[in-house]
Amino acid sequence: MSTTNGTTTASVKVDFSSDQEVRWCPGCGDYSILKQVQTLLEQSGKKKEEVVFISGIGCSSRFPYYLDTYGLHSIHGRAPAIVSGLRSVRPDLSVWMITGDGDALSIGGNHIIHLLRRNVDVNVLLFNNQIYGLTKGQYSPTSPEGAVTRSTPMGSTDHPFNPLALVKGADGTFIARSMDRDPKHMREVLARADAHRGTSLVEIYQNCNVFNDGAFETFTEKATKPIHSLFVEHGKPLVYANGTKGICLKDMRPRVIDIGPEFSANDCWVHDERDAFKASLLVRLFDDPRMEGGFPRPFGVFYVNERATHEAKMTAQVKAARERKGEGDLDALLKGEHTWTIV
Amino acid sequence: MDIPTRTKTVQERRNVVILFAGDSGDGIQLTGAQFTDTNALFGNDVSTFPNFPAEIRAPQGTLAGVSGFQLHFGSVEIFTPGDLCDVLVVMNAAALKANLSKLKQGGTIIANTDGFDKKNLRLAGYIDQADPLTDGTLAAYTLHSVDVTKMTRNALEGTTLGMKEKDRCKNMFVLGFINWMFSRDLANSERFLQQKFGKKAELLDANLRALKAGYHYGDTSETFTTRFEVKPAPMPKGTYRSITGNQGTALGLLAGAQKAKLDLFYGSYPITPASDILHELSRHKNFGVLTFQAEDEIAAIASAIGASYGGALGVTASSGPGIALKTEAMGLAFMLELPLVIVNVQRGGPSTGLPTKTEQADLWQAVHGRNGEAPIPVIAASTPIDCFDMAFEAVQIAVEHMTPVILLTDGYIANGAEPWRFPASKDLPAITPNFIKGPNDGEAFLPYLRDERSVRPWALPGQPGLQHRIGGIEKQDRTGNISYDPANHEKMVRLRAEKVARIADRFKPIRLDTGPPEGELLIVGWGSTYGAIRTAALALQAEGHSVAHVHLRHLFPFNKGLGPLLKKYKRVLVPEMNSGQLRQLLRAEFLVDAQGLNKIQGMPFTSEEIHAAALNLLKS
Repeated sequence: MSTTNGTTTASVKVDFSSDQEVRWCPGCGDYSILKQVQTLLEQSGKKKEEVVFISGIGCSSRFPYYLDTYGLHSIHGRAPAIVSGLRSVRPDLSVWMITGDGDALSIGGNHIIHLLRRNVDVNVLLFNNQIYGLTKGQYSPTSPEGAVTRSTPMGSTDHPFNPLALVKGADGTFIARSMDRDPKHMREVLARADAHRGTSLVEIYQNCNVFNDGAFETFTEKATKPIHSLFVEHGKPLVYANGTKGICLKDMRPRVIDIGPEFSANDCWVHDERDAFKASLLVRLFDDPRMEGGFPRPFGVFYVNERATHEAKMTAQVKAARERKGEGDLDALLKGEHTWTIV
Repeated sequence: MDIPTRTKTVQERRNVVILFAGDSGDGIQLTGAQFTDTNALFGNDVSTFPNFPAEIRAPQGTLAGVSGFQLHFGSVEIFTPGDLCDVLVVMNAAALKANLSKLKQGGTIIANTDGFDKKNLRLAGYIDQADPLTDGTLAAYTLHSVDVTKMTRNALEGTTLGMKEKDRCKNMFVLGFINWMFSRDLANSERFLQQKFGKKAELLDANLRALKAGYHYGDTSETFTTRFEVKPAPMPKGTYRSITGNQGTALGLLAGAQKAKLDLFYGSYPITPASDILHELSRHKNFGVLTFQAEDEIAAIASAIGASYGGALGVTASSGPGIALKTEAMGLAFMLELPLVIVNVQRGGPSTGLPTKTEQADLWQAVHGRNGEAPIPVIAASTPIDCFDMAFEAVQIAVEHMTPVILLTDGYIANGAEPWRFPASKDLPAITPNFIKGPNDGEAFLPYLRDERSVRPWALPGQPGLQHRIGGIEKQDRTGNISYDPANHEKMVRLRAEKVARIADRFKPIRLDTGPPEGELLIVGWGSTYGAIRTAALALQAEGHSVAHVHLRHLFPFNKGLGPLLKKYKRVLVPEMNSGQLRQLLRAEFLVDAQGLNKIQGMPFTSEEIHAAALNLLKS
């Protein structure tokens, strides 16, 4: 039996699901993500008590209630800041942040870029459904230009964010994309994200079947997926469309090539997830799939960079201060540097 | 010191107010702070008030660029930096123009003549560049015109310093002279300079020379025939240090965290006049202090909430505009019922308002300023020293009652300084976090099961069996699970309010600051008006009036003894640097006909203003 607020702590097998009724719409892509996260946690051998989920506001942000871990459902857009404070004082925990396109990129846009540049150790799952779901169907900062929604009956006039280009611009140290309709891929990417020390950001294309059904179907459905989706793997050439097409780099520009008599897979760009410059190009492959002859949309781990986490640097300063000045002495502090005595 | 002193008259004074004023680049703050230090070391009671422009380097010579430092020192107890000054030291014409109204009739002016040339007179706005030092308009004062620039340059002749560097020593000439004028020796200032310039021999030598030249000038110049002497004050025995309000706040927070055996996490975004708390705390990382300069005010408080959730003491501080941004997160902290301290170093508002001036106009914001019913305890400090005590109490309440706490100070006491007979750490009470280690309801753990004080447990992540989810969304009583049940919501709103109301159970009985336990008039104050009200109340009592003074530290909830106390006086006067915010809270809570004395000028009350208002009310 699982534990949740107010139920017994007796637990037979490790099961990360809580007893709370999941309240997403039937058919929502969130179910798939929840299932993969639960499976990953169960397989990872983590203890339930060492895992913390922090979320903001939105459909995705109800996520913590459905896991039998520690959880904090906070306020709109501010989860990155809460994570930063928690991480500073608790480097021992496994911290996950659940957010959406509105939460992370609109109201919380400022916080997410600073989380990334600081490289706080957290796994960020950005559920992107290109719509505001909980408020019932307004366009989001990732909705395409012209999107007709309840707040844009004549079409959106806003140019959308390319989320991963933003993450790259903020010097994110782990950049990946996956989709709700490919559980195996998602689980693999999440496992990589979990293993990374630093801010691991995974953008997950998630279908909102109520307000924006089929937003990503070109990339996720069997008929079109091979042509429009490119699954990158470290050390492997960028090949898609069942091996018939690839991407090469010529004069620092990516080009689509047909694999056949003229070109082979050996002519393709070989994915190197440590290469910051290639990663900048990869996140820029963001063509509208309705466009003829555009680039396919890449999925997988684009970029990994090991640099010190923010909390490690903070902790190191405390350690250094203690080595230099000794453990804080409250009486010496209260006394200060300059005193006089009245007798 | 081996400087020979000629025979000149020495007049004894009980207390003196001196105001140093000049361009913001003239080193006025340093001069003032040094002379304060020397007097405190001598045994005087002191109180200071720096007053600087909002711009870092406003145009030289203009009124906007005038920086001031006021010092009140005495052989008697001192409660304020003083109303009007006895001595006004001005480095240029703008400094005189901006501050002459603060000088007593017949007071002394010491003016640097070099700062009164045509250009300076024009920049200060003297019509037709009429020189007040020579045109007789200052006849009602004792004027000493001194060419500080020239004499400093003369003193530094032969050094390799450039003219600019030489002129930077002007403030030391002034300091030397003032030390002579008030019969202080130079030992303390010399020690200070040695510490500051120890490794830069040339600069040390130049500053020492300028300092001594100023002293000698007083001694040898024929124009100065009188020196003043202020004897030591009858201060309680003990060891003292000087402390500003912001330092007091920082140390109070740190001492509280130490006594609670918690790491201190301080999330903040730079803002005047609160930034010095960040500067101070960031120097003490060997106490396990983590300072986080966040990307904005919202992240500052949200990170502190995250730290408290993880088991540290989360603290954030700001001033009015920043507090406004933190409002939503304050509601979250209230809903989560986690410890959190929020410091508001108030400044003139609304909006950007008067960033470097003081005001008490954020009381309603603190008490009422959140969506929904989210009562948060509000406490206020009354003096620089009191900032330490109240910051410590803020930690006590936050940690022991699992609630955010708002501490109000303001720019006046945050930057002001006074001598502090600091406590020993063993005399500070222990603070007990409400940690929980295991199930609290049979085999189960209920995160919102309350104790007899209505306080919920603090369950830190990492502990097996205590996994739970909390959030800003309304929660079921006891379990904390999401609940939209109407009856449950009403119950939770009342439970949370009751928890905060019961914090008043821990307050000590209300105590009058001065005056009879019943009578004609009770003056009720809060915050930095303390010194001015106390001075006025003591004067009124000496004149035979039945006047008492109570100063409120607890603004929400109020002390339980306040209601009965208010009824023991025929009249109640509430002086505030706002339009009457405490007055309205008192009227609403106690149905008392409180009268207001309200000053909204970005400047503190003078005791004379309070004295006059009290007399008026007594006569009515």
